[in-house]
Amino acid sequence: MIRSLITEAQNTWCPGCGNFSIQHTLKAVLDGMEKSGKSLDDVVLVSGIGCHAKIADYLNINSFYALHGRTIPVATGIKLANPRLTVICCAGDGDAYAEGLDHLIFAAKRNIDITLIVHNNRVYGLTTGQYTPTSPLGFTGKSTPKGTIEYPFNPVELMLASGATYVARGYTKKLSLLQQVIREGIAHKGFAYIDVLQICATFFNMTDQYNAKVYELAGYDPSSFEAACEKAREWDYNRDAPIALGTLYRRQLPTFDERFPVHAMTQEDRERGISEVLGTRR
Amino acid sequence: MKELSVLIGGKAGDGITNAGALIAQILNHSGYYVYMYTEYPSLIRGGHNFAIVRAAESQVSVHRNRVDFLLALDQKTIDLHRDICPECMVIVNADLVKPVPNGQGISINAILTAETAPAIMGNSAMIGAFTKAGGVLWETVEEIFHSHMTKGVEQNLRVARRAYDNVQTVRTIEPLHRPALPLITGNEAIGLGLVKAGLSAYVSYPMTPSSGILHFLAENADRFGLSVIHPENEIAVILMALGFSYAGRRVAVGTSGGGFCLMTEGLSLAGMAELPLVIVVSQRTGPSTGLPTYTGQSDLRFVLHAGQGEFPRLVVAPADATEAYYWSAVAMNLAWKYQIPAFVLSDKTLSEGMYSFDPEKTGVVVAEETQNWDKRPPYHRYRDIPTGISPLAFPGEKDAIVKVNSYVHDESGITTESAEMVTLMTKKRLRKWAGLSDELNRYPAVNVRGAAGASTALLCWGSVRGACEEVAYTLDLRVVQPLVLSPFPSAQLIKACTGATRVIAIEENATSQLAALAREHGTRVDETITKYDGRPFTPDELLTRVLEVMAK
Repeated sequence: MIRSLITEAQNTWCPGCGNFSIQHTLKAVLDGMEKSGKSLDDVVLVSGIGCHAKIADYLNINSFYALHGRTIPVATGIKLANPRLTVICCAGDGDAYAEGLDHLIFAAKRNIDITLIVHNNRVYGLTTGQYTPTSPLGFTGKSTPKGTIEYPFNPVELMLASGATYVARGYTKKLSLLQQVIREGIAHKGFAYIDVLQICATFFNMTDQYNAKVYELAGYDPSSFEAACEKAREWDYNRDAPIALGTLYRRQLPTFDERFPVHAMTQEDRERGISEVLGTRR
Repeated sequence: MKELSVLIGGKAGDGITNAGALIAQILNHSGYYVYMYTEYPSLIRGGHNFAIVRAAESQVSVHRNRVDFLLALDQKTIDLHRDICPECMVIVNADLVKPVPNGQGISINAILTAETAPAIMGNSAMIGAFTKAGGVLWETVEEIFHSHMTKGVEQNLRVARRAYDNVQTVRTIEPLHRPALPLITGNEAIGLGLVKAGLSAYVSYPMTPSSGILHFLAENADRFGLSVIHPENEIAVILMALGFSYAGRRVAVGTSGGGFCLMTEGLSLAGMAELPLVIVVSQRTGPSTGLPTYTGQSDLRFVLHAGQGEFPRLVVAPADATEAYYWSAVAMNLAWKYQIPAFVLSDKTLSEGMYSFDPEKTGVVVAEETQNWDKRPPYHRYRDIPTGISPLAFPGEKDAIVKVNSYVHDESGITTESAEMVTLMTKKRLRKWAGLSDELNRYPAVNVRGAAGASTALLCWGSVRGACEEVAYTLDLRVVQPLVLSPFPSAQLIKACTGATRVIAIEENATSQLAALAREHGTRVDETITKYDGRPFTPDELLTRVLEVMAK
């Protein structure tokens, strides 16, 4: 079937929103997958709730438009149910780092073969401007008019500590690099985590600061955990420091879904099993 | 009715539940129907545990507070239970328990020393003593130990034999010559029923008294081709399950009230996204952490109303293992037929009670096919058709773009705020509710037992039916038990109560939740009897309470 990758749903992101870049990039990656022979019938997109999540309405592929914070357990269930599917999660920073932080850590711990793209704009957009776990100290938002009094945490460092086997950072103003890490993340067998620094044109426009600080990793060996930790700590999502973009860490380990092979059972198989169990209880 | 009851008690860690299960098998092989009740505190070691095994010539599903044999591994067993055993046969562990009039003592320490056996084998000594006191043939003990012990059988038998040889037979348990039946817990019956209807994944976070399902299915995962997952919390449990469901795998989750609290956002998502799912909620004494290892029926209203918004749900509440097996399978089938969440509402008494289970008497049920997409693109996940049940397709299917959504959505699954579409989708879900309601008229959604024409009816639900039934036989009353609680079987209940001039609702909660529900749906309830101390009604206790009400 020839499909347009974009649905007819009306796009309601603000002009200049970084979500356009992520959607454009993901579309290009999907196009590439299709051209290389992958059926997009076997791709599922799971989104949370927030500005980012509208991508589920806009991309014309299988999708599960889930709940705030709950992309990862849904995606995990889908992958375990049918390991043949390529499962991509789009989550916001509120989703992945606040409401659903437990799921994020466990996805890394389990090494479930899904790809997580965090649309990290460091502000709640859909609820009109409150701080998130990665907003800098002193961020003034509607719930913190005098500025936040807590430091952000560093999600990249957290993911390394939790056992993620693919860790990368992208930026919505560096499209070819973004496309490269998303493609690599999807190709990676295991839990792929990509933090995308995303511009929020309305509530937290960091374009100038990011443009001044980001750099693309070159001549860097992503197989070293120590080097990855060092790169992750270079910028703590708070102070002014160089921000590395690209693949920070990559490692191959057995995946969670490999341990759960799917067995098709017939009614006869099940009934035989039930009789066997009952036989042992007599 | 020929019957007898055996209570074995000791410290947590003594293996009381296992010992009770072996005694249950011995009585099973003596031709009796068996029910076993266990009571234990929420700790691993040291508290008092006991099991009551009741054996009878017909099926029973409740214990009594009168026993015939009292087997005391510790002094507390005597102190706590001597009063329900006024004339009974007592065997005590003489090392720890003071002599009891008419009792026989065995020195477990001496036996274990002689056999250089570990302390846990002490209960085999107690079983040996019990079987001799009850006149059970040694061959039966050998047979049961061989077929139901996984290790150390010979040593356990030697320990049991020493006690067997040191005790006098006081009352011969009459063999009934009926073939032995499988003995399973309510939790196992739920698991097997789900498997029967095509379960292919079970996701659960441990919580008493539902954990038995998780343990049972995990242990038998290969046999049944199941993916059994224990995730980080109950929120992940239900969302993972919805991922399985979206991908086309029949899935169930299990928990108790506290865990179900965390699942409610996922429940509402299942309602909105029209994803089939079975949720087993096994109740314990609430509110909050409550009494983790004791029973209760206080979550009926919670399960009926949990989750924001309005959407159809099925709630079934079986009373015993036979019903648990059948209705768990029905719940799975109807969840998939109507693409809705379906609940199996259990409680500690049912979940952890052990029952004689006759697979021939459960009612016939197999995994039913669902209505699937005709493979003519474009696929619309929420196609609006008269039944409200949109044909199913799953991701991975050629040319189907399967979009599910927690927002109000159009037929293709894309978010909308159109007033017209909100109305259309709400009506679609309501039609499924109506269809399900109609379909349940073809099921025995309300059980009537006892004297069907009696003018006094005992109205109950769930495991309380066991005690109600026995009281009803004694007093010649009618028992009316709705098995389905949503959609509420109003017409079947009204019919079941026809001619009853006095309806007494009996529940293990403080606010008579079923009574209020029945009244809402047009059934008169005259009196209520409640119990909310975490211990199930016994027929003896309930008889007194019913007589009090009837004397008014």
